[in-house]
Amino acid sequence: MKKSFLFISCEEAKYICDKSQYGEASTWERFKLSLRLSWCHITRYYSRKNNKLTDAVQKAEVNCLKTDERTKIKEQFEKELAKYQK
Amino acid sequence: MSRHQIDPNNWISQYSDYLFNYTITRVSDRAIAQDLVSETFLAGLKSMVNFKGDASERTWLVSILKRKIIDHYRKINSKKGRAEVRMGYSNYSDAEGDWLEEKIADPFDKTAEDKLENSELGDAIYDCLDKLPQKQAEVFKMKTILGYDTQTICNELDITASNLWVIIHRARAALADCIGKNWF
Repeated sequence: MKKSFLFISCEEAKYICDKSQYGEASTWERFKLSLRLSWCHITRYYSRKNNKLTDAVQKAEVNCLKTDERTKIKEQFEKELAKYQK
Repeated sequence: MSRHQIDPNNWISQYSDYLFNYTITRVSDRAIAQDLVSETFLAGLKSMVNFKGDASERTWLVSILKRKIIDHYRKINSKKGRAEVRMGYSNYSDAEGDWLEEKIADPFDKTAEDKLENSELGDAIYDCLDKLPQKQAEVFKMKTILGYDTQTICNELDITASNLWVIIHRARAALADCIGKNWF
């Protein structure tokens, strides 16, 4: 078996780890990541921190404005702001 | 000389998401939260002359927003109170079943303590987001908080998918470090 077939670099592992936080890593990518996690403590550390961040964002139920919602507020505000800057 | 300066030109980009998050945890309605945030900015403009610079712009805007939220509840409370009396479960003489049990608090519902902790965690996340470059914060919010798919974000911001993942990686690494110092 060729080493490159299953071996991924630390950078690639982090990239897959990020994608898997959003459910966008393929089964094959997740398999390669789990292999790397089994022996690389740097990837393991990154993965642990990454999972904690995802949990924190979900737990806090943080919210933000959608682009169109922000645009609406911005337009209304800028109209008013223009009066003060004349 | 005052320590904090006021610059309304940056209010929307810097504080709109923070104020919206602050509001929605308290009013639980997107449309009302948007209105309250918008009203806060407009009220801030009107009372800009009163800004002394003792507190940061964000703290000052939050204090205005708090008043707006209180006013909102004052307005709806009189109407809501009357409605609750009319709609009271026990007022129906033909009600059947264990209505008393149905009225008690749900044991799986979040406690006030949970909510407070989540709200503080939310503030910590926003404090860390403020420290990121604007583009990173924007992409992170679109991807993680709003849950937009990769293609939508790429189209909206005119970036490639690989560029998006690089930005996401930098944002996540910085946020995990920042939140880790204060929270984990």
